Amino acid sequence: MSILIDSNTKVICQGFTGKQGTFHSEQAIAYGTRIVGGVTPGKGGQKHLDLPVFDTVADAADATGADATMIYVPAPFCADAILEAANADIKVIVCITEHIPVLDMLKVKAALEGTGIYLIGPNCPGIISSGQCKIGIMPASIHMPGSIGVVSRSGTLTYEAVHQTTQNGLGQTTCIGIGGDPIHGMSFIDCLELFEQDPETRGIVMVGEIGGTAEEEAAEFIKAHVSKPVVSYIAGVTAPPGKRMGHAGAIIAGGKGTAAEKFEALQAAGVATVNSPSRIGEKMMELLS
Amino acid sequence: MNLHEHQAKALFREFSIPVPEGDAAFTVAEAVSIANLLGGDKWIVKAQVHAGGRGKGGGVKIVSGTSELKDTVGAYLGSRLVTHQTDSEGLPINRVLVEALSEIEREIYLSALIDRASRRIVFMASSEGGMDIEEVAASQPEKILRVEIDPTVGLQAYQTRQLAFGLGLEGQQIKQLGQIMNGLYRIFNTHDGSLIEINPLIITGEGNLMALDGKIGIDSNSLYRQPKMKDLRDDSQENERELIADAHGLNYVSLDGNIGCMVNGAGLAMATMDEIKLQGGEPANFLDVGGGTTAEKVAEAFKLIVSDQNVKAILVNIFGGIVRCDLIADGIVQAVREIGLSIPVVVRLEGTKVDEGKQKLADSGLDIISASNLEDGAKKAVALIG
Repeated sequence: MSILIDSNTKVICQGFTGKQGTFHSEQAIAYGTRIVGGVTPGKGGQKHLDLPVFDTVADAADATGADATMIYVPAPFCADAILEAANADIKVIVCITEHIPVLDMLKVKAALEGTGIYLIGPNCPGIISSGQCKIGIMPASIHMPGSIGVVSRSGTLTYEAVHQTTQNGLGQTTCIGIGGDPIHGMSFIDCLELFEQDPETRGIVMVGEIGGTAEEEAAEFIKAHVSKPVVSYIAGVTAPPGKRMGHAGAIIAGGKGTAAEKFEALQAAGVATVNSPSRIGEKMMELLS
Repeated sequence: MNLHEHQAKALFREFSIPVPEGDAAFTVAEAVSIANLLGGDKWIVKAQVHAGGRGKGGGVKIVSGTSELKDTVGAYLGSRLVTHQTDSEGLPINRVLVEALSEIEREIYLSALIDRASRRIVFMASSEGGMDIEEVAASQPEKILRVEIDPTVGLQAYQTRQLAFGLGLEGQQIKQLGQIMNGLYRIFNTHDGSLIEINPLIITGEGNLMALDGKIGIDSNSLYRQPKMKDLRDDSQENERELIADAHGLNYVSLDGNIGCMVNGAGLAMATMDEIKLQGGEPANFLDVGGGTTAEKVAEAFKLIVSDQNVKAILVNIFGGIVRCDLIADGIVQAVREIGLSIPVVVRLEGTKVDEGKQKLADSGLDIISASNLEDGAKKAVALIG
């Protein structure tokens, strides 16, 4: 089992014929992902990687019955690509691209409210259900089918957590990098809720970072709704306060958002926290044994 | 990307937000001619740097007569200003704002920014304007008023009235606040703002609202579609090494320790710093080489790290996803040879093509210490410092 995507998920790629789209589609296919086609406006009707290319996401969805899309288009065109996929009723939208203007995401987020669509990212490594379906840029070799759900704001730090749960034999159900942008799609809470419901997931690793209050909100949710063991690490204990101008950032944060406060909130919610990312795997072993 | 106060005020004027009369001067002569245009014999001179706390830091002065104006501007230009929001070296003053004096009846705080939690542009206001607004926010949070703007319908008049009445404004001031908030909201959307702050927003002797100060931050990701904002960038306000990093697509922040770090990914870079500290060391920098890293980029990153004289050892921590460990290894070897590096390097490689990468480092004949994981790497680096 897994959450959101599995071996039956039909995936298309937006920006299919581009360099990134081509490379990561090849990698996904090699992993066993059911890539059913792609979209590049103006290249509809052609074949790429032996798969059909469509002009629009709507055409691709009609012809292939795609459930999910992975977006590899440059930042200026991402808001449009996400909205086009949403309009074609693609249920899982994964946007890897970084450097998308925040006002674009503000509008996208508002447009997706209440649609039931799962947006993952942007500025993230993507999502992978180990051994089944890979939508993203994570290295396939470190993943192993198993029982741990991983959710993280960071890219390479996610790999660190995954690697450890593979090395100690636990393996993963699904790993989601939700992305580090101020405004992004799925939250920690959205992922925790799905992991809690997934019968195969025995434990959850949550990797956070300083800034914002997403980890504090997740802590509240875990306290009330998560029965499975959760191991958490927050990066940035030693990060100096950022350079800033004016006071508004500090006022809105209201003194929240430091690593110490996040650790405290998680511990109060019964989460097993580790102060070193190297300890994530062993901590989970300890909780599950 | 941050704007100077004079640039922010020019935008305010363009969007019908009242500001004091005045202009920026890059020389003493320019300051004098601005003062002559303004008339009178008293003016305010404000050092233009990208930091708050300028008043307390001695960067704002009221001057009487042309000779005091000349002395003040002459002393500011070319010097550096230290405030509680800068480091101990401060920021260079290469321009000043010369303005007419304003009569202040009351000081209000007003800002607009993107709030992660509500995923909205949020306006915040407080009747307790002036310098200690953060203290007000901490000790009396009820004195900070806020409204969230739904991006599908934009700022509504009732929201501006809500803040106006909350601030205790009267008569014409209620409409004036509406006009100012609408201007800020339009600047935000027209120019991809990330933060706009007016502190203080004053009520003048005549009872009118006016922006006495202005801070604007622009979303750096939007600069491709904001050529006018991009032109307003003042590189002198940035850290020199951070500018070089930026030019090479590296994300670098200089710190006080002695263990240089090179990592791929911001989260892992922070985790690496945390691990160094946990093992009893001090990181010299945060450095994220990013995705799509080439051997050249790694070499540039190394040069940047060793340009900091405090660095006594380097810890490389790479978890290859898109980044291939063999290419990183090439970059490390190239950099160590090119620079003729004399300090020890600890390397931890994992992920895509890790075996090829490790082999390349071993074959190079260079004195590179290999680490099996992050904890091991940090321990070894800290042990080298002694």
